[in-house]
Amino acid sequence: MHDAQSSIGDNDRRLEKYRRMQRIRQFETKAEAIHAAGEIPGALHTYAGMEASGVGACMALRPDDYMVGTHRSHGHPIAKGAMLRPLMAELLGKSTGICRGKGGSMHLSDFSVGSLGETSIVGSGGPVAAGAALGAKLQGLDRVALCFFGDGASSEGAIHEGMNLAAVWKLPAIFVCENNRFGMSTPTSDAVAGEHVADRAHGYGIPGVIVDGQDVDAVEQAVREAVDRARAGKGPTLIETKTYRYADHAVNMGRDLTPRGPEHDEWVGRDPIRLYRARLIEEGVGDDALSAIDEAVRQEVADALQYARDSAYPDFEEAFDHVFVDRLPIPADVRAHA
Amino acid sequence: MAKITFLEAIQQAQAEELARDPSVFMMGEDIRCNVFGTTTGFVERFGEERIRDTPISENGFIGAAGGAAMVGMRPIVDATLSSFLYPAMDQICSIIAKSRYIYGGQARLPLVIRSCMFYGNSNAAQHSDRPYAMFMNMPGLKIIAPSDPRDMKGLLKAAIRDDDPVLCFEDGTCWMAKAEVPDDPDFLIPIGKGDVKREGTDVTIIAIAGGVPTALKAAKRLEADDISAEVIDPRTLVPLDRDLILRSVRKTGRAICVDPAHLTCSAASEISATIVEQAFDALRAPVIRVTTPDTHLPFSPHIEKPLYPTVERIVDAARRIVGAPVAPQTV
Ligand SMILES: Cc1ncc(C[n+]2csc(CCOP(=O)(O)OP(=O)(O)O)c2C)c(N)n1
Ligand SMILES: [Mg+2]
Repeated sequence: MHDAQSSIGDNDRRLEKYRRMQRIRQFETKAEAIHAAGEIPGALHTYAGMEASGVGACMALRPDDYMVGTHRSHGHPIAKGAMLRPLMAELLGKSTGICRGKGGSMHLSDFSVGSLGETSIVGSGGPVAAGAALGAKLQGLDRVALCFFGDGASSEGAIHEGMNLAAVWKLPAIFVCENNRFGMSTPTSDAVAGEHVADRAHGYGIPGVIVDGQDVDAVEQAVREAVDRARAGKGPTLIETKTYRYADHAVNMGRDLTPRGPEHDEWVGRDPIRLYRARLIEEGVGDDALSAIDEAVRQEVADALQYARDSAYPDFEEAFDHVFVDRLPIPADVRAHA
Repeated sequence: MAKITFLEAIQQAQAEELARDPSVFMMGEDIRCNVFGTTTGFVERFGEERIRDTPISENGFIGAAGGAAMVGMRPIVDATLSSFLYPAMDQICSIIAKSRYIYGGQARLPLVIRSCMFYGNSNAAQHSDRPYAMFMNMPGLKIIAPSDPRDMKGLLKAAIRDDDPVLCFEDGTCWMAKAEVPDDPDFLIPIGKGDVKREGTDVTIIAIAGGVPTALKAAKRLEADDISAEVIDPRTLVPLDRDLILRSVRKTGRAICVDPAHLTCSAASEISATIVEQAFDALRAPVIRVTTPDTHLPFSPHIEKPLYPTVERIVDAARRIVGAPVAPQTV
């Protein structure tokens, strides 16, 4: 298991990591509250507890590198540097949302920061990442493509096919399995044969790395090594971040389906944001500097929510945009009653 | 007879068939924890061997249901949502639908693949599919799409006892509907038989799955216009009860097909074509399809909800087809 003894990066980068983790946490805390109040339709799959996994991984990427994510989509774009306004507006189904109200909570995907989708069909991102890595290689760019997927998703054929393609063609891809111990109600041990998802790397002849997913520096370091390897033309790496999801599989399922054990408290006791804050303070970053970030993020979230609330819902015509390049004609009988 | 919901009907059908036949067993993601209430008490009653949670690998476990069926088991696969059938397209279309045929009748695949059509609730395009028509275009798959608890129970039991693969599409908008359902453990509704849900003389509305309750509401509202609508629920899409549909259209001379799936190559299209080919002489007006247009389903509820067939759209279609003026939309 990779373990960081101390933080990595210069002061600005360290504070940025802290800021992005705070952004995710506070963004979702607010989202949960307004979801409970009925302001957000549909389900809400929160990332709380997993912030170090996403932020550590994305901080090892360049802004022009690609990323593919999952239904648990709030953390990845924020980790990659997305601004909050269009994300919050999307949760509220507004026309100013990042997907113009088409995607919602399972699809907070910001292409301007290198996202190629947060896809809610489990495992479906694997081949996309392999393909983006192939595209970058064919274009002679030194970009890499990173694929986030869950422990549950590791059972899907598409994940295996994506990794095998990337390995056999030595594509600049990084596969990050965010093992949060459960796929819905199913413990990883009931669904994944073998002890670790990362062990499967041996079968592809690529490095398989296990990392403490609550340690943002450890994740960043592991992904950085994989990125260097990928840019050098040596092919993909499979990284497994051992992490934990705090909330229900999704907020709105009525009851928590997760069969949590006594280790629950241990995991919550290793909160990634608290751990990182303690490390930074130990290394001499002032408490007030971190509290100033907390406060600034609070304002960003409040501003994003205000922006989302002030935004309009999409016009009905917009339901017919983006199936193709050109808007589809709207059938008269449908328009008459919209 | 007891009044039960659509979901309870599924639960009862499965429980009765699991109790009746030891070769029946269930597989699916997170079925033991009974997310939707269709497996209540199953683990305690039937054991973990027969009530199996699977990894998230639809092509794997749906394909494995085909393999188990070939050797004499009768699997019920709960694929959760219909959108999750796509990763299993390969096994469903290449193995399950075709094995009996390619091997000249040697293979037998008695299995049921259940999935919910989970639309209308801001789940966005990747979770809101109603894909039965795609499978209607694949020979070798029987398809049921019930619209009320009684039909659900009787058809699912018949599907489990059937010796061919059956896809069962459960409309999420019908989940909470309640009706009287027989407790007789041998209560079956034959696959391939449609049902007249309401008799009428001016227009036949053939509605599918969640379209049926909407059509019934529209028929009620049409009484005020003196339009008498007959509502037919095919219940089974493959094989389709063409005779029942044609008989009704011959009587009324007018047909509206209501289908919550997308327009192009829909079940509504197949039914319309059948009517036009086989009852053209009886038609007094062109057939009308009321479906979801050929766009994806957006997350934002304000633009999602009007896309499905609504009571208003069906009422308008009925007024148009009988030549009555289409009234301006009432608020
Ligand atoms: C192909 C497919 N099958 C099933 C589902 C339903 N589903 C959504 S999330 C989920 C669990 C995913 O587990 P994991 O990959 O570990 O991600 P996590 O939710 O833990 O982040 C399931 C079964 C789906 N969305 N897509
Ligand atoms: Mg998981």
